[in-house]
Amino acid sequence: MVPLSYYLVLSGILFACGVAGFLIKRNIITIFMSIELMLNGVNLSFVAFAAHWHSLAGQVFVFFVMVVAAAEAAVGLAIIIAVYRTRETLNVDQVNLLKL
Amino acid sequence: MTSSLNLWLIPVLPLAGAAINGFLGKKSSRTAVSAIGLVFSGAALAWALSVVLRVSAADLPYQEYVAHWIRSGSFSADFALYLDQLSLVMLLVVTGVGFLIHIYSVGYMWDDPSFYRFFSYLNLFMFFMLTLILANNYLLMFIGWEGVGLASYLLIGFWFTKDSAASAGKKAFIVNRIGDFGFLIGLFLIIQHFGSLDFTKVFTQVQPLAVENGSAGLLTAIGILLMVGACGKSAQIPLYVWLPDAMEGPTPVSALIHAATMVTAGVYMVSRSHVIFERAPMALMVVAVIGTLTALFAATIGITQTDIKKVLAYSTVSQLGYMFMACGVGAFSAGIFHLMTHAFFKGLLFLAAGSVIHAVGGEQDMRKMGGLRSYIPVTFATMGIATLAIAGVPPFAGFWSKDEILWKAYQGNWVFWLVGVITAFITSFYMFRLLFMTFFGDYRGTQVDAHGHSTSAHGHDAHGHGEPHESPMVMLVPLMILALLSIVGGLVGIGNRFEHFLEPVFGSGATEAVGEAASHSTELLLMGISVTVAVLGFVLAYVLYVSKPYLPQKIADSFGGLYEAVVNKYYVDELYAKLFVKPLVDGSTSILWQGVDRKVIDDTVNNAADGARHVSDEVRQMQSGNLRSYAGWIAAGSAVVIAYMIWMGVR
Repeated sequence: MVPLSYYLVLSGILFACGVAGFLIKRNIITIFMSIELMLNGVNLSFVAFAAHWHSLAGQVFVFFVMVVAAAEAAVGLAIIIAVYRTRETLNVDQVNLLKL
Repeated sequence: MTSSLNLWLIPVLPLAGAAINGFLGKKSSRTAVSAIGLVFSGAALAWALSVVLRVSAADLPYQEYVAHWIRSGSFSADFALYLDQLSLVMLLVVTGVGFLIHIYSVGYMWDDPSFYRFFSYLNLFMFFMLTLILANNYLLMFIGWEGVGLASYLLIGFWFTKDSAASAGKKAFIVNRIGDFGFLIGLFLIIQHFGSLDFTKVFTQVQPLAVENGSAGLLTAIGILLMVGACGKSAQIPLYVWLPDAMEGPTPVSALIHAATMVTAGVYMVSRSHVIFERAPMALMVVAVIGTLTALFAATIGITQTDIKKVLAYSTVSQLGYMFMACGVGAFSAGIFHLMTHAFFKGLLFLAAGSVIHAVGGEQDMRKMGGLRSYIPVTFATMGIATLAIAGVPPFAGFWSKDEILWKAYQGNWVFWLVGVITAFITSFYMFRLLFMTFFGDYRGTQVDAHGHSTSAHGHDAHGHGEPHESPMVMLVPLMILALLSIVGGLVGIGNRFEHFLEPVFGSGATEAVGEAASHSTELLLMGISVTVAVLGFVLAYVLYVSKPYLPQKIADSFGGLYEAVVNKYYVDELYAKLFVKPLVDGSTSILWQGVDRKVIDDTVNNAADGARHVSDEVRQMQSGNLRSYAGWIAAGSAVVIAYMIWMGVR
C-alpha cells in the first residue's frame, strides 16, 4: 500500500505549483487554472486522510470543494469573458482601473 | 384672604411683553411696539396695585406656590413667591417707576432704529427684577439676580456698535461675576448648614442661634459673602467701577436699572437677610463701613465730573452707600425708605438729564450746556425738585429718608454720622453744581466747535436742532409724576409710619427702642445740622458756579495733584487694570494661550495628526493594487503561520 506521506508530498507539490503559477503568471486564465490546481492539491490531501483514517468526512469535504470550484469556474470564466470584451486583454497588470 | 392673589402674573406679564416684542417687534410699527411694551408693564403695575388693595396686613407674609423646580433628596427649591411688606414696597417701586420710565422711553428712543429691541429688553428686565423681589427662596432670587444682570448687560451695550458701550457692558457683567461668586458661596454655606434656601426655613433655623459677638462664625461668613454679592450688584467699594461706565447705555436705562431699581437689589437682599445679619455684628460692621466709605468716596469723585450722567452715576453709588450704611447700623427700614425715595428722585434726575441731553442734541458735557433754564423750563423745574430732594432740603423726599439714616447712624456710631453729614454736604454741592452748570449762566453750546448736532447749525442732524428745545409731552409727563413723588414721597416716613409698616418684617429691633428713648431734641438738632449742610452746599455751589464762575478753576489749580487724582476717579480703574486685568491678560497670553493652548493642546492634536499621516504614507505603499503582490503577501503570511505551527509542533 502506498504510504500516506507520498500522497501528502504530491499534494504539497501540486499546491506549491498552484501558488507559484498564481504568483508568477500574468494571464488571468493561467491564474485561474493555478487556483484550480491549489484546490485539487488540497482535495488530494483530504481524500488521502479520509482513506487513511477510514473516515468519510474528508470525502464529503472534497465534494463540497468541487462544487464550490465548479461554481467559481462558472462565475470566474464569465468575468474573464466580460473583461476581455471590454479591455481586450487578459493581462492582470493592465486590469487596474480601481487602483488609486 | 378669599382667594389666591395670583402674584405670578406680575413677573409673567412683562415677560410676555418681552417675548412679543422680541419675536415680532422687528416687523411691527413703532406704535405697536410701544403699545405692547407699555400695556404689559402697565398691566404689571395695575396687578401690583390690585394686590395692594386686596391684601391686608393680616395676610402677610403671603406665599404662593407656582411650580416644581428642584427636588433633590431633602433639598428643594420651587418656583414659589413670597410677599411681605418689604417685597410690597419693592414691588410698587419697581412696577411704578418702571412703568413711568417705559412711557418716557417711548419719546426718548423714538428715533432709534432698534426701538423694538429696546422695549423687549426693558420688559425682560422688569420680569427678572420682579422675580428677584418676589422669590421665596435664595435660588429663585439668584435667577432674578442674574437675569437683571443680563438685562443690564444687554442694555448697557444697547448701542453695541460703539466700542465703549460694548466694553462697558462687558465690564459690568464681569465685575458682577466677582460679586456673584461671593453670593453663590454664601448660598452654598446656607445649604450646607441649614439644608434649604427657603427664606422662611432658613430664617426659622437662624432665629434661635446666638449673636456672634466678638467671634466670627458661620453667620458672619455667610453675611460677608452675601455682602460681596451685594457689593457687585449695588456698586459698592471695591466693585463699584462698573456703574459709572454703565452710563454708556441709553438714559432711560440708566434711570431704571442703574439708579432706581437693579442697583438697589443688593440693599434689598441684605435687608431680606436681616435675620442673618442681625446675628453677625461683624458682618454688619463690614456693611456699614463699606457703605459709609463708598458714600464719601463716590461723592468726592462726583464733584469733579463734567459729564452730566457721570455725576449722577457717582451720586447713585454714593446714595447706595447711604443705604448700606443704614443696613449696617441695623436700620433696615431706613435703608429701604431711602431706597424708595432714591428711586423717585434719582430716576427723575436721570430722566431729566436725558431730557437735557435730548434738548441739546446728544451733548453730555455740562461745560457745553448752561442757561438752559429758559429753553426747557419743565425739565428745569422737575430737575430742580429732584436736586432739592437729593440734597436733603425739607420737605422733599430725600430729606426724610436721609435724615432717618443719619439719625440711626448717629445712634449706631457717631463716626458714621459724621461721614454721612460730610457726604450730605458734598452731595448737595455737586448736585447744585450740576444744576447751575446746566441751567444757569449763558448757553455755551454754540461756542464749541461740536460736530454739528449741538450747535445752531440749521437742521442737518436727525432732530433738526436749531436751539435747545423742550422734550415732547410723553417724556415730560413721567418727569412731572416723579417730581410729585419726589416731593411727597418722603411724607410716608413722618412719625416713623414707614418704619411701623415694615415692622412685621424687620421687627422692632433694639436700635429702635433706643431711638424712642433718645431725646427728641438731639434728633431735632441733627435734623438742623443736615439741613444746614444742605444749604451750605447750595450756597457754595451758587458762589462758585453762578456768582463767581472764574473761581472753580482757581481752586482746582491750587489743589493741583489732588484735584487731578479726583478728576481721574482716584485712578481706581488704572489700579485695577494694573493689579488684576494686566496680570490676567498677561498670564492668559503667555501661560494659557501660548503655553497650554498652543504648546500642549494644539501640539498634541497636530502631532497626532502628523504622526498618523506619516505612518499611513509608509503603510499605504503596501496597497499597490498589484494583484500578485497581494497574493504573494497572503502566501508569505500563510507560510509564516505554517512555519510557526511546525515549529511549535516540533518543540
